[in-house]
Amino acid sequence: MVMNTTRRSVVGGLGAAGLLMPFSAGAQTPAAGAPIRIGEINSYSRMAAFALPYRNAIQMAQDEINAKGGAMGRPLEFVFRDDGSTPGDAVRVAEELVTRENVSFIAGTFLSNVGLAVSDFANQRKIMFMATEPLTDALTMAQGNRYTYRLRPSTFMQTKMLVDAVKARGIKRWGIVAPNYEYGQSAAANFKRLMAEATPGFEVVAEQFPALGRIDAGATVGALAQARPDGIFNVTFGADLTQFVREGNTRGLFERRTVVSLLTGEPEYLIPLGEETPEGWIITGYPWEQITDPAHVAFVSAYRAKFNDTPRLGSFLGYVFAYMCRDLIAKAGSLDTEVLLKTFDDMKFETISGPVTMRGIDKQATMGAWVGETTLKGKVGAMKNWRFVDGANYMFSEAEVRAVRKG
Amino acid sequence: MDPAFIVIQSLSGLASASSLFIIASGLTIVFGVTRIVNFAHGSLYMLGAYLAVTIVPMLLEVDRSLPMFLLGVLLSALIVGVIGAVMEIVLLRRIYHVPELFQLLATFGVVLIVQDLVIKLWGAVEIPGPRAPSLRHGVFIFDQRFPAYELFLIGMGLVVLGLLWLLMQKTRFGVLIRAATQDREMVGALGVNQAWLFTGTLFLGAFLAGLGGALQIPRVAVNTQMDISIITEVFVVTVIGGMGSVPGAFVAALIIGQLQAFGILIFPKITLVLVFLLMAVVLVVKPWGLFGKPDAAAGRAILPEGILSLKRFGRVDTIIAGIAIAVLLALPIVGDNYMVKVGIEVLVLALAAFSLQFLIGVGGIVSFGHAAYFGLGAYAAGLLVTRGGMAMEPALLLAPLVAGGFAALFGFFIVRLSGIYLAMLTLAFAQIVYAVCFQWVAFTGGDNGVVGVWPSAWASSRQVYYYLVLAMTLAAIIALRHAIYAPFGYGLRAARDSAIRADAIGIDVGRIRWFAFTLSGAAAGLAGGLYSFSKGSIDPTMISIPMSVDFLVMVLVGGIQTVIGPVVGAAAFHSVKDFFMPLTDFWRLFLGLSIIMMVLVFPRGIAGATSALVDRKRSVTLPAGGV
Repeated sequence: MVMNTTRRSVVGGLGAAGLLMPFSAGAQTPAAGAPIRIGEINSYSRMAAFALPYRNAIQMAQDEINAKGGAMGRPLEFVFRDDGSTPGDAVRVAEELVTRENVSFIAGTFLSNVGLAVSDFANQRKIMFMATEPLTDALTMAQGNRYTYRLRPSTFMQTKMLVDAVKARGIKRWGIVAPNYEYGQSAAANFKRLMAEATPGFEVVAEQFPALGRIDAGATVGALAQARPDGIFNVTFGADLTQFVREGNTRGLFERRTVVSLLTGEPEYLIPLGEETPEGWIITGYPWEQITDPAHVAFVSAYRAKFNDTPRLGSFLGYVFAYMCRDLIAKAGSLDTEVLLKTFDDMKFETISGPVTMRGIDKQATMGAWVGETTLKGKVGAMKNWRFVDGANYMFSEAEVRAVRKG
Repeated sequence: MDPAFIVIQSLSGLASASSLFIIASGLTIVFGVTRIVNFAHGSLYMLGAYLAVTIVPMLLEVDRSLPMFLLGVLLSALIVGVIGAVMEIVLLRRIYHVPELFQLLATFGVVLIVQDLVIKLWGAVEIPGPRAPSLRHGVFIFDQRFPAYELFLIGMGLVVLGLLWLLMQKTRFGVLIRAATQDREMVGALGVNQAWLFTGTLFLGAFLAGLGGALQIPRVAVNTQMDISIITEVFVVTVIGGMGSVPGAFVAALIIGQLQAFGILIFPKITLVLVFLLMAVVLVVKPWGLFGKPDAAAGRAILPEGILSLKRFGRVDTIIAGIAIAVLLALPIVGDNYMVKVGIEVLVLALAAFSLQFLIGVGGIVSFGHAAYFGLGAYAAGLLVTRGGMAMEPALLLAPLVAGGFAALFGFFIVRLSGIYLAMLTLAFAQIVYAVCFQWVAFTGGDNGVVGVWPSAWASSRQVYYYLVLAMTLAAIIALRHAIYAPFGYGLRAARDSAIRADAIGIDVGRIRWFAFTLSGAAAGLAGGLYSFSKGSIDPTMISIPMSVDFLVMVLVGGIQTVIGPVVGAAAFHSVKDFFMPLTDFWRLFLGLSIIMMVLVFPRGIAGATSALVDRKRSVTLPAGGV
């Protein structure tokens, strides 16, 4: 209850002043003085497909921000560290960043287990942690803590968006294929729960949980086809997905079936599908080339000019994240952890994908996602019929949060 | 079940089996001749795939036809073959004389290097390969479509089997390979040019790995994690089939392929466990695999690897140990938080490495899955605290008991084997533990693990916890060291050096090895328990293959012939990793190079090299004294 009053008073007190605008920042003189340091921990070597575009965008944003005056008149400096893709290494570099590099707070991580370990570290050391990419619900729910915030829409939110997009079709017989680890299992569980609520008579006729990174695609496709589902919910991604799609295409698994698929529209996963991209899958993703919002267009052209590469979802995320750091610090006017936490709860941000609120009760941002369908344009995959879905409507209900979160 | 479905599903299984066989045949031939378990075989497979996604599209630009596709595949495989031959000449040739374990580590160094080079050359994003022209379609089998390319793959498996049979039976090269597989010293004694035989074998093995990789490009997106995901499976196939046996690899691949195709229908979640369970069962029932034969050299008297003579602490050693302990005691006072954190990790790893050295150096039991017991200790402590609501103190006491219990259970089967099969069985058990922790989300938290494993209030300050860790690791290391110097240790070494003689003088070889395994597992479990409280969480990476390899590297770096070496090794290894990781994204490259340099320059490790230096000084001064 204490949290609730705090939340209200913050919302009330901040009101319109909470809307900080990254693109009309007043000061145009470059920042001076000792930099404000932010520790960024990510899987730069093992998950480089995501992490390098992400780091690129952060560095680009950092240059822009500092040219425009930084925050509190001081420049921002992101200190990057590889987490070795293991929780053990991640917690050690987090310690190094806090103790040796004097960072004001830490951020980043890709894998959910690394994110959870760093979040627990933040809880112990009483330092703020802004988790950018990890998707597990546990991070803001069962294992959430007051120092950990998450930017991206969680597994639950993205699954709910997809269920919303497909429930009108009234499909009852479903097959599920998900990688056998926490992310895959919880996505499958969320899907079953949400679909059962949305569609009477919903049943799962086949479930396949291939080991992550080593799908036996032929056998998996055979097992799914055998059960003759009318719809398929896919959670595989990366190399598993490509293999699954190829095998399914050749064997006709996707013909006359509705396929719903998490994350498949993100360039990281869509580009490798190439000309194998199936038609009409309902997906979450990032149609960067089709978004016409001027702020976003400016971001895309700056990114392309600077890196001679197209942006990935990681780039988008890194860019938004860097500006959120600046706005947060500028508004807090202090680097004290308690002040940062208090400011961050329920703070509103203007981002290149629209307004985002950091909901205080579970410290989950309302950042949305793009939901649409896959299509083949020439020899490359793309998204069509997409729309941007505001995450605010897809969060866990406040009652659920209160029931599950400990602090 | 629908008979049509059974046919289709078993064809899918055959296609996977065929791919597996092509790759595994290369590994098994290389092992048969050189006795090196080539960890880098998976890297060669990955290189084959990357080369093919580069070469094949270029050729298809010229002419979009199946022959062009096959030409590209063949070219890629040949290039990989040459890479394999170069690897033999540059690296392997220099390490045939070093202990098996170090050869294995050197090839693991190659794995690390290739991983980073591939990222550097091809980027981190997976690359979809072109489909094979004229084989894109599905063939109708009982009104179901089956990919034509997979029928082709099944055919390729048979073709490779046939060609290998011809090569082995009808050519001189093949005869030599078979001869060397049976008894390579005899082949050398008969005047065969071993250098060329080995280079040729590596070429053949690498060619097969490359071929296996190149043939995958129409099915998979080529990615940087292909190497590790294939190598464990290929190990399983070669071990089940019997190392060195090509027909064995074929049969084992068939079994694995079908097991996976039908296993996922009944147990959709435990395919990972299934294959390792099969491997464990096969090794327990048939210790040399299905078609393997006992090593001809196994009966010969060879100089054992490990600790040969025990030295007691001299005055200098005592002074050094005293200084080391004084430095450790002073660390929290002079160092910052981060240094204390690193100090805790080094101490914990030192204990784990020491317990492994106890097995390898004293017992001659090369455990390839020592992380299992480390991880079991960590999980026991973590789960007891978070799920059982237990305090830190009893949890820390129970951690070694649980790990020791599992070590006793697994060890019961493990210690009956020897050499590479023993190592593979330890790996199998470790992978089973890993898979259970990784996939049993409801109980273990899956890959997320469990967080909130923090020490009791009195030990929550990092400095206090450091002293706790220091006290417990030191006590455990001293206890283990005492066991090495006690009659138990001498008995264990006797069992290692000659099981038959040890048996004859009344040592129960099986039991003493079993006790050693259990004791070592318990010590590793204590290290794991201490580690989990220092980190605040548990997760499956603590049990993974890389963790086991890290422990082996620490033992290697420290020196396998010394008692206290692993402690030095743990400190050196951890510091190097800690130093490189913040500096560069390519830290694996440096780590790999360091491992290889270590094997080449200091095959006896840091502590081993130092004592060798001391010995040499003595032997130089002694003759002057007129001995």
